[in-house]
Amino acid sequence: MKKIMLFTLALLVGLSLAACGGDEGSQTGSGEPFDGFIKVGFILIGSKTDGGFSQAHANGIDELEAYFAGLVKTMAVENVDDQNRQDIRSAAENMIDAGCRVIIGCSYGYMETMAELADEYPDVDFLHFSGSMMNDTNFDNFFGAMEEPRYLAGIVAGMMTKSNKIGYVAAYPYTEVQIGINAFALGVQSVNPSAEVNVVYINTWYDPEKEKSAAQALLAQGCDVLEQHCDTAGPIIAAQEAGAYAIGYNLDKPDSAPKAYLTAPVWDHGAYYIDVVKKILDGSFSPESYYGNMASGYVDLAPLSDLVPSEVKAKVDEAKAQIISGELAPFSGEILFADGSVLCEEGQTLTRGDIWDINSVIKGVNATE
Amino acid sequence: MENFLAAAVAAAMPLLFATLGELITEKAGNLNLGVEGMMYMGAVIGFKAGFETGSPLLAVLGAFAAGAFGAAIYAFLTVALRANQVVTGLTLTIFGTGFAYFVGKGMSGLPAPQVVRDFFMPVSVPGLSGLPLVGKPLFQQSVLTYFGYVLTVALAAYLKKAKAGLNLKAVGENAAAADASGINVMFYKYAHIIAGGGLCGVGGGFMSLVAIPVWQEGLIAGRGWIAVALVIFASWQPVKALLGAFLFGGLSILGFWLQSVGINISQYLVEMIPYIATILIVVVSTRKNRKEDMAPADIGNAYFREER
Repeated sequence: MKKIMLFTLALLVGLSLAACGGDEGSQTGSGEPFDGFIKVGFILIGSKTDGGFSQAHANGIDELEAYFAGLVKTMAVENVDDQNRQDIRSAAENMIDAGCRVIIGCSYGYMETMAELADEYPDVDFLHFSGSMMNDTNFDNFFGAMEEPRYLAGIVAGMMTKSNKIGYVAAYPYTEVQIGINAFALGVQSVNPSAEVNVVYINTWYDPEKEKSAAQALLAQGCDVLEQHCDTAGPIIAAQEAGAYAIGYNLDKPDSAPKAYLTAPVWDHGAYYIDVVKKILDGSFSPESYYGNMASGYVDLAPLSDLVPSEVKAKVDEAKAQIISGELAPFSGEILFADGSVLCEEGQTLTRGDIWDINSVIKGVNATE
Repeated sequence: MENFLAAAVAAAMPLLFATLGELITEKAGNLNLGVEGMMYMGAVIGFKAGFETGSPLLAVLGAFAAGAFGAAIYAFLTVALRANQVVTGLTLTIFGTGFAYFVGKGMSGLPAPQVVRDFFMPVSVPGLSGLPLVGKPLFQQSVLTYFGYVLTVALAAYLKKAKAGLNLKAVGENAAAADASGINVMFYKYAHIIAGGGLCGVGGGFMSLVAIPVWQEGLIAGRGWIAVALVIFASWQPVKALLGAFLFGGLSILGFWLQSVGINISQYLVEMIPYIATILIVVVSTRKNRKEDMAPADIGNAYFREER
């Protein structure tokens, strides 16, 4: 018996040593000042290969490194729970110890901890995705006008639907999601006023099977085009199995269901990372609340798949050009909420602040909230 | 209605396999809380096997083997080394999740090969699928679902009729007495813990091969824990496990279907129902004190032959 125990103990020690060894690559160079290059550290809520939200950020990290070829080095800590302040803090502090001059946090829940850290480490710049806090010296936040590509996705869905019923699998009933739903519905209504958008909330950002189930419920109600604001391929796969169409989110990923996939509103985080690191390198960085749009290349609609006919492509290209030139804004003209109250008046265009006050869905959208 | 029931049955299947796996593990007197981890291991290896070989059979075998491997680690630690079962099981959950993410790196978002996907698509059972109301939901499903039905019946028979099944129950009720009566306690524990882990692995494989045939991290999303509750809900009986899985599976998606027809009931509330039901069942069965509804008496205890 003793022998077995000893053997197990030895095995465990060996394994834990091996595990530590694996980490070494990313931890070397600790304490080294940035001579010739700058180190940027990322805190991610998921893994770099989660197929959605964090992968979109990871793609941006790759773009950043490629753009500055050798001048910028990056590190990332993955799977950092945004409810656990200690984890967030140690992820950031470890990377600062390893020489990072810039810390980029990619989840809303990191906000308060990053604000504290920004006070404690005045020499480090902190950039926070989707947050609302900032200071005057070293803490800024960034987000994007996802409503623009969602509007374009709505045009695609509105022209592709035959049943005039479009399904929308959404995460939670709150502002960011509702902005997306409304922008999408406005896109739909701009080309097909008689189509309705049916929303199912799943109360999670990430659960492939629940997303698929919600999609199946929508398909069973006669929806023939699906859009989603959640992070997995569940809805697209459900659409393909039912012979319907679907629009993705986050990344351009047709592979999982090529017979259903039309396009996806996507992020290009690299556009912002490159821009901000440039400013940090030449000393012109000062905190702002960055809100990238299609004109700045931060958000976009992924290339339309071959399932989309050319007249739809033409319509999307036209609207895209108008949005980029500033001629067209998704939230402009008369828009009513589902309960009849006014969101936007004739001749008015909502500002960023107005848009982020939205807390309900518009007319033409069926959602239980 | 039929569509909802069909979706409920599909949602129930990963739960069923994992529940049956945990059920026979507990019948051997071991509480393995690593179901979630073993499901992850099964999901990733099952997917990888299908992805690399294009063989549905190897995919399912791979899922089984991966779950069994996780359970074998657990069995060695808890049976041979007599480690605390709760702690070891929890560790296995963490290990299995990490294992799946590690192995799955690079496959993220990739679909299973078409032959594998086609193999697991729903097929109708001639005659039965025409039954009113239940025909389509029960008998127009994936072959792996039908395997789940067969397995449920087989395990029920095994525990009720087969000598080995009765011996297994003896081990779980009182390992010392079973040992004294000449049953090979170690063999029974190892065999059933490992086979049970294999079934948990198949449950995970169902998620990555049948439900969503695309590799995605986080796909098990707590279903292993539901399975642990389901074993109690089912009073350690396979047929009740099948019914319980239908119920839990159905309730897990009910909120979405109600929303899609405009009925607003919080999904959180709907998802609480199975757990409230589980607590009620535990209370009721404890009060009734019927032997066949109770947990195996020797569960959680390490067996020391020398201390008999």
